[in-house]
Amino acid sequence: MAEMKIEVNGEMSDVAADPETPLLYVLRNDLGLVGSRFGCGGGQCGACFVLVDGRAMASCDLPLWSVAGRKITTVEGLGARSVLHPLQRALIAEQAAQCGYCMSGIVISAVALLANSREPTEAEIRDALDKHLCRCGSHNRVVRAILRAAHEQAR
Amino acid sequence: MNKPADRSLAPADTGRLPQRVHFERDGTVSIATGKVELGQGIFTALAQIAAEELGVPLEKIRVLPPSTAYSPDEGVTAGSLSIQDAGKALRRTCAALRALLERSGGRSYWELDSPREAPGDAPEKSPSSYSVVGTNAPRLDLPAKFAGRPSYVQDLGLSGLLHGRVVRPPHPYRRLIDVDTSSTKAKVVRDGSFLAVLAEREEDAIAAAKRLRARATWEPAPGMPRDFHAWLKEHVAEHLVVKQNAAPERTRTAVSRVQASYRKAFIAHGSIGPSCAVARAQGDRLEVWTHSQGIFNLRRELATVLSMREANVVVTHMEGAGCYGHNGADDVALDAALLARAADGRPVKLQWMRDDEFAWEPLGAAMVVDLEAHLDVAGNIVSWRHDLYSNGHAHRPGRADKPTLVAAGHISSAFELAPAINPPLPAGGADRNAIPLYDVPDLLVMNHYVRDMPVRSSSLRSLGAYGNVFAIESFIDELALAAGADPVEFRLRHLKDARARAVIEKAVEASGWGQWRSAEGRGHGIGFARYKNLGAYSAVVAEVDAARELRVTRLVVAVDAGLLINPDGAANQIEGGCIQAASWTLKEEWRPGALGWEDYPILRFSEVPPVDVHLLKNAHPPVGAGECTMGPTAAAIANALHHALGVRVRELPLTAERIVRAIHA
Repeated sequence: MAEMKIEVNGEMSDVAADPETPLLYVLRNDLGLVGSRFGCGGGQCGACFVLVDGRAMASCDLPLWSVAGRKITTVEGLGARSVLHPLQRALIAEQAAQCGYCMSGIVISAVALLANSREPTEAEIRDALDKHLCRCGSHNRVVRAILRAAHEQAR
Repeated sequence: MNKPADRSLAPADTGRLPQRVHFERDGTVSIATGKVELGQGIFTALAQIAAEELGVPLEKIRVLPPSTAYSPDEGVTAGSLSIQDAGKALRRTCAALRALLERSGGRSYWELDSPREAPGDAPEKSPSSYSVVGTNAPRLDLPAKFAGRPSYVQDLGLSGLLHGRVVRPPHPYRRLIDVDTSSTKAKVVRDGSFLAVLAEREEDAIAAAKRLRARATWEPAPGMPRDFHAWLKEHVAEHLVVKQNAAPERTRTAVSRVQASYRKAFIAHGSIGPSCAVARAQGDRLEVWTHSQGIFNLRRELATVLSMREANVVVTHMEGAGCYGHNGADDVALDAALLARAADGRPVKLQWMRDDEFAWEPLGAAMVVDLEAHLDVAGNIVSWRHDLYSNGHAHRPGRADKPTLVAAGHISSAFELAPAINPPLPAGGADRNAIPLYDVPDLLVMNHYVRDMPVRSSSLRSLGAYGNVFAIESFIDELALAAGADPVEFRLRHLKDARARAVIEKAVEASGWGQWRSAEGRGHGIGFARYKNLGAYSAVVAEVDAARELRVTRLVVAVDAGLLINPDGAANQIEGGCIQAASWTLKEEWRPGALGWEDYPILRFSEVPPVDVHLLKNAHPPVGAGECTMGPTAAAIANALHHALGVRVRELPLTAERIVRAIHA
């Protein structure tokens, strides 16, 4: 057990945990940020993705020590206070989910994509989301929502 | 955090109100339904029905998470029946309340004294006057989900929560022989051959479970036979006639005979979030939060296995990750309850790990379907014989007289577990959709039921319909070929039902079937069914490119699900069903030892085809739409593959290996 400071969604937090603890459990159990979810524990499904210094990555196998001094953004940290991120609004407009369990991770990867690419093509979007598994079959609606958000962003 | 704990303990005043509808002091209306949200959007659809029939704005309606503490027992949320059954019951209750309101002399719902005396035969609104039902009301739950707010049982936080993990080998076992628990930094809980751990921190529970697993030895149970399909045919317990219309004189007019045998693999539910439950045992009471599809059945079985009074067990539903049938939800609830009894009154959260899920969730059952038919000189079908071989497709708790939950077979006072059974016809289980809808004079449909279960299987989205429709609709194409007929014309020639014809015609027209331009390695195919032979009609046209590997490039689907409560919600379910069915059909085959997604690939974003959904509009009674396209999609893809390459692959999934084998056969 060690004391550490980590920066999540713009706020510094003190965490007492083993430095090898995967970030996901600290987010969910110590910080109450349950939007990032456990899916596989091995970075194979994308349900736990967060932004680390702007890069989308799995948090289920990311040791706590490795994020010291980095800026972590979870799905809860997108958008402003009580205002949804444009991508989240586009997902609602397209009703782009069924169970929604995989969505936090998908939102994270999509936000990272839109930050680097103003108007990605459909193929680029599918490519960027290929590490994310969705079992309900909401893929096409998600792609449409990202195209919609990109279009609005470009205006 | 969300606070379902308070609600499950004491909805103090729900007892004296009509069980389904509660007018709250804050001006909202609470709906207590026995059906659970599985990600299918049922709460939004039920809210629309209540808003419509009561004449209350949709935004005032709240649907309560079902609990054995206050909800009506509406059985299991399965079989595409929620709109049909629970929607109907809710509509009737709301119509009765509206009638009461109309007689109340200008009072509001919130001022009615005794809503219990609502008349039982009040008139319901005419569908032609609907203004909420039939609209694309956005899902009530999605904004919170896209924002990452607590939404699932996996997210439930209760004070003093402990974390549990179960310790099982990745294969069936008879007993735990030995385990070295020294230097385990978590509390070890053992009851007979059930082994698990409890810890203050989740990562410690995970690490301790992993360590214990490496230091335990189990006596394995017999595993899956190498050729499971051949094994099925050798282990039939009962030969059951599903349907027989004997007309041997018609078969004597035949000029040709066609035979084929089809196979379907075991399929995993593969929900993205592994199964999870929270349990708290205090005194002689037990509370369980679960994503089970049947909270009352689960309560009954927990009480049996734990030797408790049913009245002392409260089971409350919370959403889990997507549910496509009987997954590990019920099993993990018993696991959590066993841990809760060792937790000194503290609540315990237990989520299975990904490998637990792949090894222990009940799978969609493997099947063999043998078909034989005769054609007369005009190329019409004169006889049809369907022989299916499978385990039962229902292994849910509460359906048999013996328990079915995994841990019930492992605790020290172990239970002999019941085998999977089949729900009765007309819905059926293994035999769901085994009876062809086509006009066939001399018909025999047999279900060869296999009781022994070396692999644990149960209900997965559409049950036997996926395998039966794949077989029937592949075979119809084979018969059309033998008759020298166009597959669409051949189907229509043997179908009288106007709604059946209409979905086929719609899918054909919308896909541009008649304007098909052939190209190397490309093909299209069609599949059709009426789900359970009494639910939604659907026809799917698949277009594939098989030049290098088999890829589905487009799906066009037409569905008639009667009156649509929420057309976009239905379309969402249908799209999802088609994509999941395409994944099953192209890739999915569970094998022993599958532990992660690398062992069990599913369709990814770059592989998912566009899905064009066409909903037929009419005022027939509403039926569910989430399962109707599974079988037709499989057959449409197999038929498109045949059109593309001229080879017939009769074993699912349609892997490169099987396609190559068929080419060389």
